[in-house]
Amino acid sequence: MAVDLRTRLGHVELPTPILTAAGCAGTGRELAQYIDVAKIGAVTTKSIMIEPRAGRPTPRTAETASGLLNSVGLQGPGIDAFLQRDLAWLLSQGARAVVSIAGSTVGEYAELAARLSDAAGVTAIELNLSCPNVEGRGRDFAAEPDTAAQVAEAVRAATRYDIPVIAKLAPDVPDIVTVARACVAAGADALSMINTVPGMVIDTTTMRPALAGGMGGLSGPAIRPIAVRCIWRTRRALPEVPIIGIGGVRTGRDALELILAGATVVAVGTVIFHDPSACARIQRELEDELAARGLDRLAGLTGLAHQPHPDLAFRPRHFA
Amino acid sequence: MLTVRRVEAYHALTMVAPAIANQFRPGQFLTVAVGGPDSATLGRRAFAIHDVNPDHGGTVEFIFEADGPGTRWLTERRSRDLLDVVGPLGRPFPVPREAVSCLLLGAGHGSTALFPLADRLRERGSQIDFMLGAASADRVFGALRARRTARSTIITTEDGTLGSRGIITDKLAQVIHEARTDLIYASAPLPVLREVVALASRYDLPVQVLVEQPTVCGTGVCMSCVLPVVGSDGVTRIVRACTDGPVFRADLVRWDDVGTIPFDALGAPGWKPPHPVPAQDPGVPAARRPQGSRGPQSPRESQSPRGPQSPRGPQNPRESQHPRGPQNPRESQNPRRPQNPRESQAPRQSQPPQQPRVPRPPQARTPQEPRLNQTPRWARGTGHGR
Repeated sequence: MAVDLRTRLGHVELPTPILTAAGCAGTGRELAQYIDVAKIGAVTTKSIMIEPRAGRPTPRTAETASGLLNSVGLQGPGIDAFLQRDLAWLLSQGARAVVSIAGSTVGEYAELAARLSDAAGVTAIELNLSCPNVEGRGRDFAAEPDTAAQVAEAVRAATRYDIPVIAKLAPDVPDIVTVARACVAAGADALSMINTVPGMVIDTTTMRPALAGGMGGLSGPAIRPIAVRCIWRTRRALPEVPIIGIGGVRTGRDALELILAGATVVAVGTVIFHDPSACARIQRELEDELAARGLDRLAGLTGLAHQPHPDLAFRPRHFA
Repeated sequence: MLTVRRVEAYHALTMVAPAIANQFRPGQFLTVAVGGPDSATLGRRAFAIHDVNPDHGGTVEFIFEADGPGTRWLTERRSRDLLDVVGPLGRPFPVPREAVSCLLLGAGHGSTALFPLADRLRERGSQIDFMLGAASADRVFGALRARRTARSTIITTEDGTLGSRGIITDKLAQVIHEARTDLIYASAPLPVLREVVALASRYDLPVQVLVEQPTVCGTGVCMSCVLPVVGSDGVTRIVRACTDGPVFRADLVRWDDVGTIPFDALGAPGWKPPHPVPAQDPGVPAARRPQGSRGPQSPRESQSPRGPQSPRGPQNPRESQHPRGPQNPRESQNPRRPQNPRESQAPRQSQPPQQPRVPRPPQARTPQEPRLNQTPRWARGTGHGR
């Protein structure tokens, strides 16, 4: 049975709800020999900044149980090279490009958004708000509702009207709903959650931190329950705002879980490191999951878990 | 997957993977997912390919040390088990067209990648000398095969249980003299490589190194395996060992800065480019710059063999056979060095006159050298065997 996987992100229609997560698929080109980048929902590119950036020293990653701790430090070529080379390549492949941007001031975000608005073919702009705000107290933009909202507002103002602005939120805040609400009020068209969870690993052989940067961000299946909760709470508070669910999606079943919690779109991250063809596989698996439940379309499943089950005596028969 | 067998202190895993076997070039690696389909270990394990064989449609062998949970899991695999393998990955060793005298130096199981290289060099008529080193006799990999392949084999162990006692670099100078080495291939841990490169630079010898940087993905998306490398324009970039390597021209790697972000690297904190600098080395059409999308089934389709910056213009074939590029790493870091190293460097007198034509390894490609300015077609093939 053919399953209709079409979904919407704001006013943009995507053929499938499976995206790559920012920073996990490079520019998309790295994956081209494993998947057809035009056949997934969109490629979210690695967060781009105005200038080229070398990133942090090595080691940059450490393995944890069902997770990965990373501190890459936004290594990237800068917006000029990105527009010339990486975005042009994605468009030449017929892929949809969600461009993640990062800055250290509100002005940098706005400048990047303006540059991207001038370039043809950007499907959406995602704000990586987990960057330290050098003008403020050095805390991440995502850490406080008003700094996150400032970025969302500036970017919305600088971005062409038909490009949705997505605010990517961090899970390590007292109340993610407050930040989400502030971003939406400031003009964000959609939200994506969650960014990595701060963590740390100490190498017991060297008896020192495993990462050169000390602390890092935890991703992978280990953080999926955190993502589900954040999506659930945000969906409950802001039911009309589209959410990109991110966090440890490994299988089609996991993608469905995030969709049921309230995500309209699901991004695959760390699992791409494990399986470069993960996006295509998860997309296939999601289709199978829906077909197995006798469903022929994805629409209507978003946030379904919030509704009471029609059969009150329903008990899950097994836990996968 | 066929067998896992023990080889001295290491394990050798052989599997049937025709796609990898067909496309493999010496120096390339593969990655294996460990722990089964629901594994809690997300990082793939990268291994240099030791051997390929046309049996059973194409088998591939790699050597590993069971020193962690992932590699221990691999030792428990049995015949007919399925493995999730991706490969061959990375840029292979450049092999000179002419017959030259090559020194192949491997420490520990780093030598595994050198044996297929030795075979290929011998096909081209090159002389091979092997230097193998390890902590003890059981950690020297491939001593027998080296002796069968090479003109000479020097083995060094730290405890003296095989060959002479000492470290591998002790006898390097002597071997270079006696074997009249033109070209060194080295595969070893970073500290050993650094010493080898320092020694070789005294003799003005080109060195190709295979670096073992820890990687998570092997495909270039995780950005873990980075190291600072000088581009053909003199600018240091933080490049990925998995896609831009694992084989590098040794004089372009900034050995003293591996693990750090040198202050003058492109995009280092506080560094502003004096003029617009291309984010990617303009002279290196990296092996991983696919011109078209490729599915795993047909990994070679729609591959334009050369990028737009690498025209195969009319040219004098001797140009591509010019002896050596800049050998002194310090000098090659100078951003103002001329584009064509021929004019600035090339201390020709120091070379043995009877071997005048050692081709430049293909990493610093400049527009003046169009033939080297393209990644060979075989360097791009990447298959996906499962």
